[in-house]
Amino acid sequence: MNQRTPLYENHLQAGAKMVDFSGWDMPINYGSQVVEHEIVRTSVGMFDVSHMTVVDLSGPDSKTYLQKLLANNVDKLKTLGKALYTGMLNADGGVIDDLIVYLTENGYRLVVNCATREKDLKWMESVSNGYEVNLTERPDLAMVAVQGPEAINTIKKMYPELADQFTNLKPFNALMNNDWYFARTGYTGEDGFEIILPADEASDFWEKLLAAGVKPCGLAARDTLRLEAGMNLYGSDMDESVSPLQANMGWTVAFDPSDRDFIGREALETEKADGIKMKLAGLILEGRGVMRAGQQVIFPDSSVKGQITSGTFSPSLKVSIALARIPVDTGSFCEVEMRGKLLPARVVKLPFVRNGKPVYE
Amino acid sequence: MSNIPGDLKYASSHEWVRSESEGTVTVGISDFAQEQLGDVVFVELPEVGAEVSAGDAIAVVESVKAASDIYAPVSGEIVEVNESLTDSPEQVNDDPYENGWFFKIKPSDGEEMNDLMDAESYQDSCAE
Repeated sequence: MNQRTPLYENHLQAGAKMVDFSGWDMPINYGSQVVEHEIVRTSVGMFDVSHMTVVDLSGPDSKTYLQKLLANNVDKLKTLGKALYTGMLNADGGVIDDLIVYLTENGYRLVVNCATREKDLKWMESVSNGYEVNLTERPDLAMVAVQGPEAINTIKKMYPELADQFTNLKPFNALMNNDWYFARTGYTGEDGFEIILPADEASDFWEKLLAAGVKPCGLAARDTLRLEAGMNLYGSDMDESVSPLQANMGWTVAFDPSDRDFIGREALETEKADGIKMKLAGLILEGRGVMRAGQQVIFPDSSVKGQITSGTFSPSLKVSIALARIPVDTGSFCEVEMRGKLLPARVVKLPFVRNGKPVYE
Repeated sequence: MSNIPGDLKYASSHEWVRSESEGTVTVGISDFAQEQLGDVVFVELPEVGAEVSAGDAIAVVESVKAASDIYAPVSGEIVEVNESLTDSPEQVNDDPYENGWFFKIKPSDGEEMNDLMDAESYQDSCAE
């Protein structure tokens, strides 16, 4: 039987359509993914993301260990609750997973993807050899993302005594209180919080959010929101065969200082020296249809084809948008091979949508 | 639970078929099918006047999630298509059996209607 989050019964009560997601029963929608998408762009919605894996790290070597394990540099984390987005690479420079790491009172907290849980934990264990660190998975925690232009105000009203602290909380920082983390992060391109909390308090918290007018949103809306926001999905837009430099993740790789020997560094330096050949870019379809992962992208000025890695219909823009891995040196005009036809498309600068508004060029 | 009207016939590929008094049949997709697809965003319709054979892929319904072919449930000539789906494809989700219809066929072989399922058989096939 599939695993269930502490919010399983809440989802059923809210009329969720449940599907299998990497061995978990998760809500795909509560009626209409497009309506849920629009709620997050215009007011506030909430997502159960308790299926994601939380791992706490402690011990005297925690920092040096993470400086080996992660492509971004945890030395950037100077204050408690500060968060960092990073790839975890293999020796060939391929992306094992993307994750967020927080600086905590006892060390660090890592939030990794659900679908990659087992291989991540195994990899983190194997790299920890020779380091004095403790890795502790936290299945006793749940996670709820509250996202949208009204998210912060809604949470402030629920916790008036913390209102000032929420107002002053900067993006990519968390307010921590025992096992409650309010992190100003998200996967939608809107303002909001990702809240980590004790699993046995999750159901009450969800009901309080409902009472405050926050609408439940499923994984389907989460996917169209993150794609409009130009954010990668692990397993679709990058995996172990792809370098972060070809996955729009170059900004997450800290090459400085030059003597920090993180796993994958050598491979990435070789790749840079040889010249990076492919990049992840945004596409907008100029015609009717919906781009889907796996479709070929053809450029008049390049013999190398590109490929769609994630595609969908954008509920905000009312056209099809996609992320595609394409040659670095092409013009913006291209054609996408869809169901036996070639349809014109345009390469655009990411993201497509930010804070409710189209921003692509 | 999906709504499966008792007065319609159904194809295993989830089209419904209604016999009209003027001798044509109207075709759409079932409530079960629209639920599976999720929010419909584009519909590609056949040409009026086209001759089609039962089982031909003659239309496409595209949701946010996936694209699906729509098959001709019976052979004949396309006599009308639901142009309003071009601007309002969400009618397929909101009203699959009335405003969300796709096209009308003038059947060339009346016997083919007998190959389609009644509501009860279709319900069983959806439950499998």
